[in-house]
Amino acid sequence: MKKDEALGRLIDLALRRGAEEADVFYSEAEEIPVLFEANRLKQVTARQIAGVALRVVADGHLGAAASSHPQGLDELVEMALESARYGPQAHLHFPPPQSYPDVPTYDPSVPSTTLEEMVRLGEGLIAAVQAEEEGLVCEASVRRTVQEVMGLNSRGGRFHYRRTVFSVGLYGTLVRGTDMLFVGDAKASCQPIGDVMDIVQEVKRQLHWARHTARVRTGELPVIFTPLGVASALVGPLTLAFSGRLVHQGQSPLAHLLGHKAYDPRLTIWDDPTLPYRPASRICDDEGIPSRRLPLVERGRVCHFLYDLQTAGMAGAQPTGHGYRTPAGHTSIAPSCLVVEPGEGSLEEIIASLDEGLVVDQLMGAGQGNVMAGDFSGNVLLGYKIERGEVVGRVKDTVVAGNVHQLLKERVLAIGGRPRWVGGGLLVPPIAFTALSVAANP
Amino acid sequence: MDQDTLRELMEDSLRGWDVDYIEVRIDDTAATRIAYRGRDLEEIGRTHSFGGCVRALYRGGWGFVSFNDPSQLRRWAEMAVAQARFVGHERSLLAEIEPVVDTVPPHLVKDPRLVPLAAKKELLDEYLDIIWSTPGIASSSIFYSDSHKRVMFANSQGSFIQQERIDVTVRIAATARRDGDLQQASISLGSLGDFSLVEGLHREVRRLAQKAVELLNAPYVKPGVYPVVLDPVLAGVFCHEAFGHLSEADHIYENERLREVMVLGRPFGRPILNIVDGAALPGLRGSFKYDDEGVPAQKTYLIREGVLVGRLHSRETAAKMGEQPTGNARAIDYRFPPIVRMTNTYIEPGEATLEDLLADIKEGVYACNWYGGTTSMEMFTFSAGEAYMIRHGRIAEPLRPVKLSGNVFETLMNIDAVAKDLAFNQGGGCGKGGQMPLPVSNGSPHIRITRCVVSER
Repeated sequence: MKKDEALGRLIDLALRRGAEEADVFYSEAEEIPVLFEANRLKQVTARQIAGVALRVVADGHLGAAASSHPQGLDELVEMALESARYGPQAHLHFPPPQSYPDVPTYDPSVPSTTLEEMVRLGEGLIAAVQAEEEGLVCEASVRRTVQEVMGLNSRGGRFHYRRTVFSVGLYGTLVRGTDMLFVGDAKASCQPIGDVMDIVQEVKRQLHWARHTARVRTGELPVIFTPLGVASALVGPLTLAFSGRLVHQGQSPLAHLLGHKAYDPRLTIWDDPTLPYRPASRICDDEGIPSRRLPLVERGRVCHFLYDLQTAGMAGAQPTGHGYRTPAGHTSIAPSCLVVEPGEGSLEEIIASLDEGLVVDQLMGAGQGNVMAGDFSGNVLLGYKIERGEVVGRVKDTVVAGNVHQLLKERVLAIGGRPRWVGGGLLVPPIAFTALSVAANP
Repeated sequence: MDQDTLRELMEDSLRGWDVDYIEVRIDDTAATRIAYRGRDLEEIGRTHSFGGCVRALYRGGWGFVSFNDPSQLRRWAEMAVAQARFVGHERSLLAEIEPVVDTVPPHLVKDPRLVPLAAKKELLDEYLDIIWSTPGIASSSIFYSDSHKRVMFANSQGSFIQQERIDVTVRIAATARRDGDLQQASISLGSLGDFSLVEGLHREVRRLAQKAVELLNAPYVKPGVYPVVLDPVLAGVFCHEAFGHLSEADHIYENERLREVMVLGRPFGRPILNIVDGAALPGLRGSFKYDDEGVPAQKTYLIREGVLVGRLHSRETAAKMGEQPTGNARAIDYRFPPIVRMTNTYIEPGEATLEDLLADIKEGVYACNWYGGTTSMEMFTFSAGEAYMIRHGRIAEPLRPVKLSGNVFETLMNIDAVAKDLAFNQGGGCGKGGQMPLPVSNGSPHIRITRCVVSER
């Protein structure tokens, strides 16, 4: 049976067994990672991933189930109806047919990239990095993915799109006695990647800055987060606060701040799933709500929260198209492509302006602790000391901690220029703060 | 498709290939999940995941294919073989093991499948009511899951193993708020095949809600370096994070310099320190009879009397390092190949009491429970859910949760006392290589570390 026929049949079955409404989400992908270990080709993998999620509204309650069993249609309907029996009250109706924006996310030259080409790319990347530092032991991956996504609901709503993802990453370890340095970077696009010089340049910069070890004192210091550092430490706790679900439950620090100036006026952030050829872009979210650019913070003022259908219904808000289908079949709220508007000044210029401070590329363990309040703290896995306007070496055994909301409100030193993509869905410049709590092992 | 047909299909798919080794694994997992956020039930329901994978080795190169449809098994095997042949150009190295044919039933104490979904929900509703009847509570989350996993494994050396396991986990967290200040307390529990783990937690839940409120009054620790006493839960996390990952041979087997650091016979701690990992201990979350390569589980000493004596291996890492396989090759599900993972990891008990550990400390920190931890090999960091100052040999005022971090090697050397009260924490799920949360347990008695970097959050 063809896929869309099978999905239609699933909806019919659910309605016949008592559901008032039903929606189906289907995703099928083939992922081919080419993996390098210890500087050479190690493994080629192919992953075929397919699964169906079914949601139903029955007796005014919402239920969901998911299955990757190829013959599991009947069981899936039973599990979804059972889920609705105990599930929360439904505050949504599945959307009728919509018109969707044109968001390019598929490039046919991705699936036609040969294994040989992918191997050459990985080997070239490793060779270029090793030319900088011979003792570096590198792991790398070159991945291509083709994905097909389909949705259908009982009100006739229907969406279908394809996505290709090409990603390249390199992580190197340099060991000197018990001193270990980890460097690395990655990039991703919906289009094939042929040029990896930017990864090489980034790793070079990390190696150069980390060449010597530097001391740092315990206390409050200016800290610059590079784009990698922003992704590592700040984005998680910051975006959590914009979840419409947490706002509705009063758990977000931004819960009563819609329309208020909660942040420094230099901060502007928006979510945009329509950006072409970004892996996080799409024509609609996993519930069929059309994609659109949504400002979250405009010159310091909080202007929107993120919603899926159920949460929008509960909160009496407009759905924003941020429903992401979890592996369990339910929907949760997640940003898509996040953009932080750049300011002025390069990373080097901000460094030159500081007498003493830290630059952070990677924070380890930043997602633990009171994330909902916006707290973060972590061991500086890759970070450097600034003295008299220059990077003098790498810091170790150092922990930085702070609260992202408080920092972005009261302690912004600078939002730099020259943003870059980190991963598939974050475009961000370096962000510097006047003071963060630093604890160092003397 | 019934078991016998599946077995035939599996064994047939392995025949006749020109490779050094090939294996197939099929995984059928049914799970129940119940999640509350705040007072709202966010999700309740079941999932069924079914799929498999083929892994082939040729001249040192691996091919791996994962799939959802087993009817084309021979085609998936062909792809994996082609991949391995594309990659391979050295000599294949795999430690020798005896082929095994065995069927392993699940370890069961109280079967969660026999508890109706309505009863599970009712129980969690009771815990929810207890939390929200505590004044000062602003939010909460409860997450429950149970799963029944059936795995069939066959390889080209004649092994055919069927194993079933049943996991139960529950995590309950409460957050208290006063003005803009938020503090959280939580418990995280797990078991192999025992639903009664989740029952009768009313007193613990009440205590955790009260604890969250109490934390609003607690001061932050003054960041710095302190002697630290860890409770069994946090010491177990430390053992897992700080040392366990360093013992995973796949981090070091291809890295000359790391091999020089992790050389057997090198002192890593004082003679009181003994660290063990093994799935052969029965009934814990990291326990099983065979790993995902068909290697029987065992108990492996990693550190004995302070000296590095062992590490954790897959068949490949064992062969490449000239050591014996240890039964630590695990894959979280069919979408991944097995890699070296921990199982049940613990510090063996010593002779001292908690009072002995506290006695010599003028000013220090007593850290308990855990939020999570990560390691980068040389550096570790973990969050304690509860902390207290130690003053003049006694546990003193409560503190807000602290973060402990440091250099692994120095800190292991700085463990100068080990108590006798070994206890296991089974609520954890380990993450590595994108494969998380893998069921593990970790354990320890109370331990004392002479110095550790302690920070506020």
